[in-house]
Amino acid sequence: MAYVPLADQDSEQELHHPKSWVTEWVFSQDHKVIAIQYGGIAIAVGIVALVLSLLMRMQLGFPDTFDLIDPSQYYQSVTMHGMIMVVYMLTALLLGGFGNYMIPLMVGARDMVFPFLNMLSVWTYFLSVLILLASFFVTGGPTGAGWTIYPPQATMAGTPGHDMGIVLMLASLAVFIVAFTMGGLNYVTTILQYRCRGLTMMRLPLTVWGLFIATILGLFAFPALLVSAVMMLFDTLAGTSFFMPAVIEAGTPLDYNGGSPILFQHLFWFFGHPEVYIVALPAFGLVSDVLSTHARKNIFGYRMMVWALIAIGGLSFIVWAHHMYVSGMHPYFGFFFATTTLIIAVPTALKVYNWVLTLWEGDIRLNAPMYFAIGFIFTFIHGGLTGLFLGNVVIDLPLSDTYFVVAHFHMVMGVSPVLVLFAALYHWYPKVTGRMFNEPMAKAHFWITFLGTYAIYLPMHYLGFLGVPRRYYALGETDFIPESAQDLNAAITIAALIVGVAQILFFINIFWSLRYGKKAGPNPWGSASLEWQTPDTPPVHGNWGAELPTVYRWAYDYSVPGAHQDFIPQNVPENEEPTADEQHFDPDHDQSKANL
Amino acid sequence: MSLFKELTVKPWERKGIIGGLKAEGTFDTSPEKVALVFFVVVASVIFSLFAVSYLIRMELPDWAPLTEPTQLWFNTVLLVLSSVFFQWARNITKTDSNKNVMTAFVGAGLFAIMFIAGQYLTWENLQAEGFYMTSNPANAFYYLLTGVHAVHLLGGLWVWSIGLIRMISGTEAKELKLSIELCAFYWHFLLIIWLIMFALMANT
Repeated sequence: MAYVPLADQDSEQELHHPKSWVTEWVFSQDHKVIAIQYGGIAIAVGIVALVLSLLMRMQLGFPDTFDLIDPSQYYQSVTMHGMIMVVYMLTALLLGGFGNYMIPLMVGARDMVFPFLNMLSVWTYFLSVLILLASFFVTGGPTGAGWTIYPPQATMAGTPGHDMGIVLMLASLAVFIVAFTMGGLNYVTTILQYRCRGLTMMRLPLTVWGLFIATILGLFAFPALLVSAVMMLFDTLAGTSFFMPAVIEAGTPLDYNGGSPILFQHLFWFFGHPEVYIVALPAFGLVSDVLSTHARKNIFGYRMMVWALIAIGGLSFIVWAHHMYVSGMHPYFGFFFATTTLIIAVPTALKVYNWVLTLWEGDIRLNAPMYFAIGFIFTFIHGGLTGLFLGNVVIDLPLSDTYFVVAHFHMVMGVSPVLVLFAALYHWYPKVTGRMFNEPMAKAHFWITFLGTYAIYLPMHYLGFLGVPRRYYALGETDFIPESAQDLNAAITIAALIVGVAQILFFINIFWSLRYGKKAGPNPWGSASLEWQTPDTPPVHGNWGAELPTVYRWAYDYSVPGAHQDFIPQNVPENEEPTADEQHFDPDHDQSKANL
Repeated sequence: MSLFKELTVKPWERKGIIGGLKAEGTFDTSPEKVALVFFVVVASVIFSLFAVSYLIRMELPDWAPLTEPTQLWFNTVLLVLSSVFFQWARNITKTDSNKNVMTAFVGAGLFAIMFIAGQYLTWENLQAEGFYMTSNPANAFYYLLTGVHAVHLLGGLWVWSIGLIRMISGTEAKELKLSIELCAFYWHFLLIIWLIMFALMANT
């Protein structure tokens, strides 16, 4: 059987039609339902992590007032907060949630290439979350080794959860990686093979490009975590010494001999650094589309944006050791990684310039998604700049393991992707549900979150300069840390509590609007990309009605001079609208400016 | 269009349908094959990271090289035969006749099962001789690498068994062409991986 191109196959793609309520909503093979399942699980487990962070903040801010957690529980909270947020929340929500929802719609397909595998992916992910959460209920509780779970400390007495907790964590990660691989193979294959007629790679919205590169990064980086998790499980359960050195536990020598903890660190960060970009690149893509749509301008430097995504993806594999400057490496080794780290700032900065230039002279509509998208530019620049400090060996050494690091990575890969997630959730909410959210409430949500973010993380930089160490349950008495650091900690805690509680606004908004929001119509933002052009809103099973769409242009035809709307959808043929080729754009005679 | 050329296209300049009236995938092949190639790359990354860990761990002072069982040469022949039989089945499906396709397909799977059984036997023998997983990192890596390789092969056998059931229940070999082709590809890949792992362990 020779390969038959998509358009020549009778029904293009055989869809699995649900037969009952269970196959429609629970074991569904529809990418949109799977996306919502992924998103729902990710947000639910994210709330657990949020609550853990608030518990930590209450301990740090008011150590004498609250007695909610003891030191062990503090370490466990640190660990679970970090791991859940990075892997089970951000990765799952961006790639599993948005990847599943957006990819088939944006490439004009009826579903993912392998819908069954897709369903398997979300349920395997659910299993990994259950294993992770089970560790809260076993003897010793969840692991408290920090999200980096370095051996030998992670598996030795003295570290909370050194018996069952760490085993469940490693097992859960292994299962998560299986789930991610199943999903990831689907995403890349769908993007490569199932694009509709006329949709070349360079006509794809940047969201798809971001998801595409991030998925490839994930496919290549998660194996490193799998390999280290498997070897560490053998060390813990079978007594091998891959990573475990000869070590004495509470006065008794253990049976381990000669293993290399540094090897684990290399493997872990060979995954860990690309992981940052697995989270960041989809966010870059999503925010590009939100900015462009609400600025009514094409994204500035589309090709440059694509190249930057690819360059960042490639470079992200050769910067990992900048997380390990204090592990005692050869100076030239550190020099190499400092250099690559600073080089990766170039394509990243290029993207930031392009976002700002997209706003330049745009017809900006300050809708709630746009608030979050512009907020992201601020927090991302902020977090990116502190990254330049930490990328240099000499500056990193004194700042290592202080609150400066905490502030840096929360700004750059915590708050920034989360702001994009809110921007994207609000932006695509009308498509997913068919209803508009409550705008004033969304804007209130933005201001509290955005200003609160700065109230939380700006002072942390200062605490870092003072030398306040991260991961400490309490400061104790230290000569070099002034008393006033505690006041700052208290202020941070108050801000964190306000921001944490304010997230309720978001949930009230989306659930209330689900029922009472006003009908959105198919394309409330006037967006040009394909997902807004579906015949039904919300899109039904199969997405496109009788015939797959045909694409005639790129996804960014906004404010095209001479067109009677300020956007031209991707599936509008060139002869139905005057094109930019026919009427050369002349900024001095731009009609829209003449009215001002 | 080459990838590099595609990336230099200025999408805002050209309007209209690009690429004719048919939708085209980036690669002119089935999506299953594209996904399998990606999976093979992922598996290669896994094995190369194990190999790198092996090489790094080897440098540490407590490493005592393991003399690999001679039986591995015999097992290697089994895996080669398995690959050859898959290639044979694949070649048959390219022709018009269906002769021997069942023999080739079943034989390929059986040789793979024998390979796994043979690998398991080496484990038993090593255990009996006192080469436990915990006694030395070289032993631990032996169990780990052969084990991970066997797990990948078992995954392939799962796909093979589905194909076998379909073949027995009367599905035409023509309809199984893609499965057979992908199995053959995956088996060749696992053979190469095995040869590299074997060479790595035997030479150190």
